[in-house]
Amino acid sequence: MSLGRYVLTRLLVAVPVLLGVTVLTFSFLHALPGDPVDAIIGYQSVSPETEASIRAEYHLDRPVWEQYLLWLRDALTLEFGRSPVTGRSVAATIGRRLPATLALGGAAWLLALAIGIPAGIVAAVKRGEPADELSRVAALAGIATPNFWLGLVLLLVFSVRLGWFRVIPPDAPLASLAMAKFMLLPTVTLGTASAALVTRLLRSSMLRELEAGYVRTARAKGLRERTVILKHVLRNSLLPVVTVAGLQLAFLVDGAVVVEQIFSWPGMGRLMVQSILQRNYPVIQAAVLVIGVSIVLVNLLVDIVYAVLDPRIRY
Amino acid sequence: MALLEVEDLTVQFYTDDGVVRAVDGINYEIRRGEALGLVGESGAGKSVASLALLDLIRAPGEIVGGEIRLDGRNLLECSTDELRGIRGDEIAMVFQDADAALNPVYTVGEQIAEAIRVHEDVSDRAARDRAIDLLERVGIPEPAARYTDYPHEFSGGMQQRAVIAMALSCDPDLLVCDEPTTGLDVTVQAGILELLEDLARESDTAIQLVTHDLGIVAELCDRVLVQYAGEIVERAPVEDLYYDPKHPYTVGLLASIPRLGDDRERLPTVPGTVPSLVDPPTGCRFHPRCPYAEDACARRSPPLVEADTETPAAETAPDAHLAACLEYTGDLEDGLDYEVQVRDEPPADRSDRDRGGETR
Repeated sequence: MSLGRYVLTRLLVAVPVLLGVTVLTFSFLHALPGDPVDAIIGYQSVSPETEASIRAEYHLDRPVWEQYLLWLRDALTLEFGRSPVTGRSVAATIGRRLPATLALGGAAWLLALAIGIPAGIVAAVKRGEPADELSRVAALAGIATPNFWLGLVLLLVFSVRLGWFRVIPPDAPLASLAMAKFMLLPTVTLGTASAALVTRLLRSSMLRELEAGYVRTARAKGLRERTVILKHVLRNSLLPVVTVAGLQLAFLVDGAVVVEQIFSWPGMGRLMVQSILQRNYPVIQAAVLVIGVSIVLVNLLVDIVYAVLDPRIRY
Repeated sequence: MALLEVEDLTVQFYTDDGVVRAVDGINYEIRRGEALGLVGESGAGKSVASLALLDLIRAPGEIVGGEIRLDGRNLLECSTDELRGIRGDEIAMVFQDADAALNPVYTVGEQIAEAIRVHEDVSDRAARDRAIDLLERVGIPEPAARYTDYPHEFSGGMQQRAVIAMALSCDPDLLVCDEPTTGLDVTVQAGILELLEDLARESDTAIQLVTHDLGIVAELCDRVLVQYAGEIVERAPVEDLYYDPKHPYTVGLLASIPRLGDDRERLPTVPGTVPSLVDPPTGCRFHPRCPYAEDACARRSPPLVEADTETPAAETAPDAHLAACLEYTGDLEDGLDYEVQVRDEPPADRSDRDRGGETR
């Protein structure tokens, strides 16, 4: 089976998963006790006319399956309606918030790989030596440190005490130098635990691969040790890391909720916290859907990367 | 000067139970173009002795003494870069279990071409063409198409052929084959052996064949070393070893080879197992398992001497028949009491008896 067909198969398999995500997201409004209209408007008393118009706007006057289909149609066209709190378009709000979270999550993810991969390689190759011990202690500390604590300490030391960074984001476009500088602390906060995890995972995976017969073959060919490690051992060792790196995305979204709150970062995490506190259900619904779909898509990407790295996977 | 001279090679492994001398002061040489067999049971130290030739012993193992000279140059004194230049270029290895020996994430062709590129200044294109030629030479059909296949797309026999192609890529002076046919079907084994035989005949590449299978040695080798518990106990040209084995251990090994037309219900085995090398037996290491052992065997370690003349190993010609048994230093009172039956043909009465079996 060719890579192209493999990708196509994975895409087709992703469709029912995505539909499942939409069903769950849609159901959650109906799973709440009471009338969905109450959930949307909160506990304010409104006139019967307003209530009727809300029912019509969210198609609540139709049978449930029809409501789902209509909602799905709207979701496919990114039409999530207006926020009952601000009156602004939900799609526009998410369109503004999503890039901020993608930027932060992506930066944290890259940081995790940029630290975790070299550290994992060094720890495995220098097994039992001081470099390995150091990486072990650092990784344990990284995993054991809660990100909310790390975020607060970094903010307190580098922003409040030393004044090297702003406490709240600058009023600048996302792709600007000022913003990039501000992003440093939240990125470190969010990426530390992942970096530690990647280090540990790659180290153990490499130690296993270093025992493999092909490593001896590679050495017997007369390859440089550097080539043996970076070309032969690393590619095999990365397979479990790729799997976890994909799952880490869900973890980073989790983390983003807390970290965005600490650093006042205008992303999806902060939007969700605000919306939950305001019981702003249409926004929560749309945000959850967007996050769910992104995670499905990233896992699809992971499957494809996996297949590119490991030719055996297509069978 | 022989192509390869191994002198007093000693390899130790540091284990939780103690220091294991897997190879304990072995001496041998391989002449250019010669095929030498190294036989013994599992745990005799054969594979370790072979890996040592490329200085590929990794922790917790270590070469603690001796010399390995290739064309007179001591490999154990070479720098890392010099060693890399020798590995794969002058001495190449064919490992057992080709499936594990190939990297699953690179194509077979790339793994062969890589071996060429590392030693020779050739273009990618030229390395690729040569890899395809090599695949053809080792008998892989449609080599150009198979070049881009991954190892898992090859059968076990094809994988072993690919590993051999990789080892031959830089036309080595010495090819070290470590159990090259273990784990393969009998018919596939025969194909691989035939390939190695052709190589041994056609090129002046010397072969060191490591195996526990004396049958394979008989087909392929010019001379044989028998290794037991880290030491060489017998060395002889291949016919001499089969027709006139001198060491009781070799006799035991030969008796345990199954033969076509064999009417023995059970194959005799060498009783017992290879001793622990942490604390090897005193005197002759084989004495606890030897049917002819006497008191002297537990006390005195027999030197490797020419069996007929008692000439010490160091002063003998490469084709001399050596054995390490007190019998050959005149220290056994009762001597060795075994008889060698040479059966080139199946016994004459055999066919009659088989026919009789059918009519009953």
